[in-house]
Amino acid sequence: MRKAFNKELLKIAKKDPRIFMILADIGYGEIEEFAETFPDRFINCGVAEQNMTGVACGVAMEGNIAVTYSIANFPTLRCLEQIRNDVCYHDANVKIVIIGGGMAYGELGISHHSTEDIAIMRALPNMVVLAPCDKAETVALTDAMMAYDGPVYFRCGYKGEPDLHSGPVKVKIGGSLRLRDGKDATVFFAGTVGINARKAVEELAKEGIVCRLVSLYSVKPVDKQAILRAAKETGGIVVLEEHNICGGVGSAVAEVLMDEGAGAVPFKRLAMPDVNATKVGCQAWMRDQYGLGVKDVIAAVREIVKNRRRSSK
Amino acid sequence: MNDEQLKTCRELAKKVRIHCLKMVHKGKSGHIGSMLSMADILPVLYTQILNTAPASPKKPDRDRFILSKGHGGAALLATLAELGFFPLSWLDEYYCDNGKLSGHISHHIPGVEFSTGSLGHGLPVACGMAMAAKQAGKKHRIFCLVSDGDLDEGSSWEAVMLAAQHHWDNLVMLVDYNRLQALGKSRDIIDLESLKEKLEIFNWAVREADGHDQNAIFEVLRDLPLCNGKPSAVIFHTVKGKGVSFMENNYKWHYGGLTDELLAKAIKEVEAAK
Repeated sequence: MRKAFNKELLKIAKKDPRIFMILADIGYGEIEEFAETFPDRFINCGVAEQNMTGVACGVAMEGNIAVTYSIANFPTLRCLEQIRNDVCYHDANVKIVIIGGGMAYGELGISHHSTEDIAIMRALPNMVVLAPCDKAETVALTDAMMAYDGPVYFRCGYKGEPDLHSGPVKVKIGGSLRLRDGKDATVFFAGTVGINARKAVEELAKEGIVCRLVSLYSVKPVDKQAILRAAKETGGIVVLEEHNICGGVGSAVAEVLMDEGAGAVPFKRLAMPDVNATKVGCQAWMRDQYGLGVKDVIAAVREIVKNRRRSSK
Repeated sequence: MNDEQLKTCRELAKKVRIHCLKMVHKGKSGHIGSMLSMADILPVLYTQILNTAPASPKKPDRDRFILSKGHGGAALLATLAELGFFPLSWLDEYYCDNGKLSGHISHHIPGVEFSTGSLGHGLPVACGMAMAAKQAGKKHRIFCLVSDGDLDEGSSWEAVMLAAQHHWDNLVMLVDYNRLQALGKSRDIIDLESLKEKLEIFNWAVREADGHDQNAIFEVLRDLPLCNGKPSAVIFHTVKGKGVSFMENNYKWHYGGLTDELLAKAIKEVEAAK
C-alpha cells in the first residue's frame, strides 16, 4: 500500500507544483524518486517530527500543499501539539501520512503500533481522517486527499496487504464503499483489517447469514447515511477496527446511531480492548490475539442474529 | 535612524507600553513583564525594518513576522493597532467575554502572521516559510521573535539545526533575551549561556544588541542577512518589565496582580520617561 501511495503522490506532484514532501528521516526505498524528481520541494528534517510538522505548516501557509510522512505514531503523537495549534488551527493544507496503521509493524512492539491515532486525530477540529483498506482505496483516497484544501490524516497500510476491491474505486471525503450487500446485519470496517471482515462475511454466508459489508474509509467526516441505512435495512451492526476501543471507528458509528435516534439497533464494536499490546507477533497473529480475528467477527454477527431471532419468536 | 525616525519609534514604544498596561489591568491578565521587554524592539521593526502595509496585511511580498512568544502578544497587538492594521478601539476588547483579542495572539487579527501561545512553535513554522520563499525565488524575509523560554523547547533547536543545514539566510531569529522565565532566572533553570557561542557553533550568523536602545536595534537589523548563506540571529539584551521600576527584572510580573494603584504608578513612570 505504501508503494501505491508514493506512486500516486508522485504522479500528482508532477502536475501540481505546490506539492512538497516534508520528512523526518523515514521512507527508505519509497521516497527517493520524489526527492530526486523535485529536490527543491523535498526536505528531510532529520529525526525531528515536531520540526517536520512546523516546517510543513510554514510551507503550506505560503500557498503550498505539504505532505508529512512517517511510521505509525511518529508524525502524529510525537508532534500532536504542532498538528493541533499550527496545522489545524490555521487550517493549513498539510497532509499527515502514516505508514503502518494499526499493528502493521507487529513484531516491532508498541512504539510502532498506531492504535490510538484515529481517536486522537478525529478529535481535532478541521481534521479529515481517512483509512484506506487496500491499494485501490489508497490510490483513490490519495487523489481525494490532495484535491482537498485543508488538513488530512491518512492512515496507510504497510506492504503486501490483500486487495479487497477487484479494481479501481471511486471515493469521496465523507463517503463509504459497500463491498457486498445483505439483509441480516452490516459489518463496517476501516483500514486493512477489513480483510478479516470480508473473510467472516464469506463464512457467514455459507451458513445462511447474509451480511452487508462496508468500508468506512472516511472516518471523519463519516458517512452518516450509510450507517443509518445499515441500522434500518439490516437491523444489526458490527464495527471492526485495528485500534483501541476508545474513540475510534466504532465510536464514530455509535455516535451517529445515538445522535440520530437509532441507538436501539443491536451493535457490537470489535477493537483492541483498551490494553497495551504486550504480545509479540505479526499483524495477522496480533489481530487474532486481540479480538480482531475472523472468528471474532463471525461470533459477533452470530450473536446479533441469534438474539434477534430469539426475540422475534 | 534620523532624529524624526527615532522620535517616532520612542513615542510608539511609549504608547505600546501604556496600551499593554491598560489591557492587562482591564483584563486582569498576566505576562506584562514579557510585553514590556520587547516594547522597544517592535516599533523599530514595524516602522523601519519590515516591509508591511497596514492597508494590505496579506500583500504577497510582505516580510513575515512570527511572534513565537505569543504570551506577550498584547505588545504586538498594540503596535499593529497604533500603525492602523485594525482600529485602536479593539484594544479595549482584550481578554474579555466576546472580546476581539485573546491573551495569546491569533492570526484572525489583521497583521498577525501566525497564532502562537505554546512555546517552541514559531521557529519551525518560520523555517517552512523560509524554505517556501527560497523555492519560489521570493525575496521577502521571515522574522521570528523568540524568548528565553522558547529556547528551552527542543523543537526550537530542531529548527535551529535545520535552518543552518539549508543555509536559509532569509530567516532572522530575534531573541528577547531578558534572562527571566516563568519560575525564575533562566540561569537557575536552563542556563542558555553562552547563547551567542551556541548559535555560532550551530552555524548561524549572530549579533548582539541592547534591546532597549532603538538606534542600536535599527543598526543591527538594517543590513540583513548578517552573513550570506547563513540564517541570522540577533540577541537583544532586554529587561523583563522594562520601563516600570517595580516590574523590572522581577519574574512575579510574568503573572497578574496589576491593581488600580499600581497601574497609575506604572503609567506615570512610562509617561515620564524620556
